[in-house]
Amino acid sequence: MIGRRWWAPWLWLAPAITLLSVFLIYPVVDTLRRSLLNADSTRFVGFDNYKFIIDNPVPLLSNTHSAILNNVLWLVLFTSFAVGVGLGIALLASRVRYEAVAKSAIFIPMAVSFVAASVIWRFMYVFDPHIGTINAFITHFGGHSTAWIQNTNAPQTWLTSLGPTTLPDPIQINNLALIIVGVWVWTGFAVVVLSAGLRAISSEMLQAARVDGANEWQIFRRIIIPVLSPTIAVVATTLVIQALKLFDLVWVMTGGKFKTDVIATLFFREAFLIQDFGVGSALAIVLLLAVVPVMVVSIRRFQFQEETR
Amino acid sequence: MEESARGRIATRLPSPADPAAVLGGGLKRLFIRLPLHIVLIGLAIIWSIPTIALLVSSFRTPQDIASNGWWNAFRLPLNFTTANYENVLQQHGMGRAFINSLIISVPATLLVILIAALAAYAFSWMRFPGRNALFLVMVGMLVVPLQMTLIPVLRLYVRLTPNVDMPILGGNLFGVSSFAGIWLAHTAYGLPLAVYLLRNFFGSLPKDLIESAYLDGASDLGVFFRIVLPLSVPALGALAIFQFLWVWNDLLVALTLLGDPRLYPMTVNITTLVSSFGSNYQVLTAAAFVSMVVPLIIFFALQRYFVQGLLAGAVKG
Repeated sequence: MIGRRWWAPWLWLAPAITLLSVFLIYPVVDTLRRSLLNADSTRFVGFDNYKFIIDNPVPLLSNTHSAILNNVLWLVLFTSFAVGVGLGIALLASRVRYEAVAKSAIFIPMAVSFVAASVIWRFMYVFDPHIGTINAFITHFGGHSTAWIQNTNAPQTWLTSLGPTTLPDPIQINNLALIIVGVWVWTGFAVVVLSAGLRAISSEMLQAARVDGANEWQIFRRIIIPVLSPTIAVVATTLVIQALKLFDLVWVMTGGKFKTDVIATLFFREAFLIQDFGVGSALAIVLLLAVVPVMVVSIRRFQFQEETR
Repeated sequence: MEESARGRIATRLPSPADPAAVLGGGLKRLFIRLPLHIVLIGLAIIWSIPTIALLVSSFRTPQDIASNGWWNAFRLPLNFTTANYENVLQQHGMGRAFINSLIISVPATLLVILIAALAAYAFSWMRFPGRNALFLVMVGMLVVPLQMTLIPVLRLYVRLTPNVDMPILGGNLFGVSSFAGIWLAHTAYGLPLAVYLLRNFFGSLPKDLIESAYLDGASDLGVFFRIVLPLSVPALGALAIFQFLWVWNDLLVALTLLGDPRLYPMTVNITTLVSSFGSNYQVLTAAAFVSMVVPLIIFFALQRYFVQGLLAGAVKG
């Protein structure tokens, strides 16, 4: 601290500042600029790219409307399933001696890439019931084999064969099948974080409630949920961000075909396959606008968690 | 220990004085708790089945994979083979892709730790105008989705790519289809989170220790390398595991910045295999498992750091 020159701190910060300027600050500004220019960034077109996103179906396999709807479906179902199942498993696991082993089994998918997870599940979903595990299971119990990845109808296996064949737009078999893969990967995260939160609930508190005659449901509703709600919020915001930025899983499982596109896959196709940098940049801005509010909440909560642990 | 104690409290009825309850307690308790065990073990098994299906199938012959399900693999006579692995490693580029994944991930991990540690040290132990504001700006960059940066970075790289090859490793020296280009990109994307985590950790180190080192005439570099880094091994370990796995498992950045198939990491290679060998599961299962080996080893060997790292890193999208 003594006799240090004024520029010394800047020397320590220089590599970080340089990299962040080149790879994050400049690109954000440049993407904003390109979103107002035409496909090869040579002519100013105003908000035409944004109008194109809102008004027109993007060519090729899908369109922005269904992509945004798909993101919404992901956001709702992926987040609620992963949190719900994760909370259930965390509660069950906290009551057994083999807690660590059970949690490991659920957590392992977090270690592997979405690419590997996609291969794993393409294999599970194979149409031929002699090979595909899921269809083998369903046909064994008298149902019909389903093309889980291609089928855009409403679920029509023995599970739900009473309902209508088609449901409002994003609710289709293959979207649900992809969401299951997402849930399979991310539930482990929810379990581990929620278990840590559960540990904070003192056994004295639970015991006192039981002595006072509270049943398990009342304990869950009146003690566990209120105490755990900040932790649930941390998990949920993290999962919402994952749902909004989702790319790898959809790209490897379907390539966005069969009406499964999400904003990030549409962005990738527009930007790097069609090479329309205008529309691609506008889609990136849409993604930014969707992510920022959730991210701000998430970082605030994360900071709170770090400070209080 | 604490958890299992709570688990017992959770289910024991509050009547310990009843002798019959004490005698039959063990068996009765097991019976009452049977549904709990069935549901939990059932879920753990369901969660493991997909991975087991992949692993088992990767050791079956192509004929077996195409004709019947993996659950038949244990019928006698057993017929397992390692040919699929030899095949994907040699014919389908997974051997080279494995090396590429290492070449990409290791430097990108070390660089982010070094650069973030330098910055975090300055934020923790040096005084300069605008310190807090700059820290907030850096951490604030966590909100930027990666996709935002890809078009400008690729355009920039296209302009900066020299007509010179990277010695030994291959690819261009810099820019598109270069290892140096993807190292720097991954390092930058990892920095906001890494600076944030390390600043928090460095800030929690004992102040007296560091100040007395200064009084003894130690330089900043001396304090950094001899005191701060050694004391921060747990934080650095968790961060290293998270960053390594993030880069190892990344598809999007590699898909965008590496156009040369000789440089493909495993994620990109598997993606191309999926589109060209979509239903040849003898190729896909073995390839996917090759890509999972390193993360699984890290998971089982360093489980505690691993979980900590992933939890800390979860805010990064």
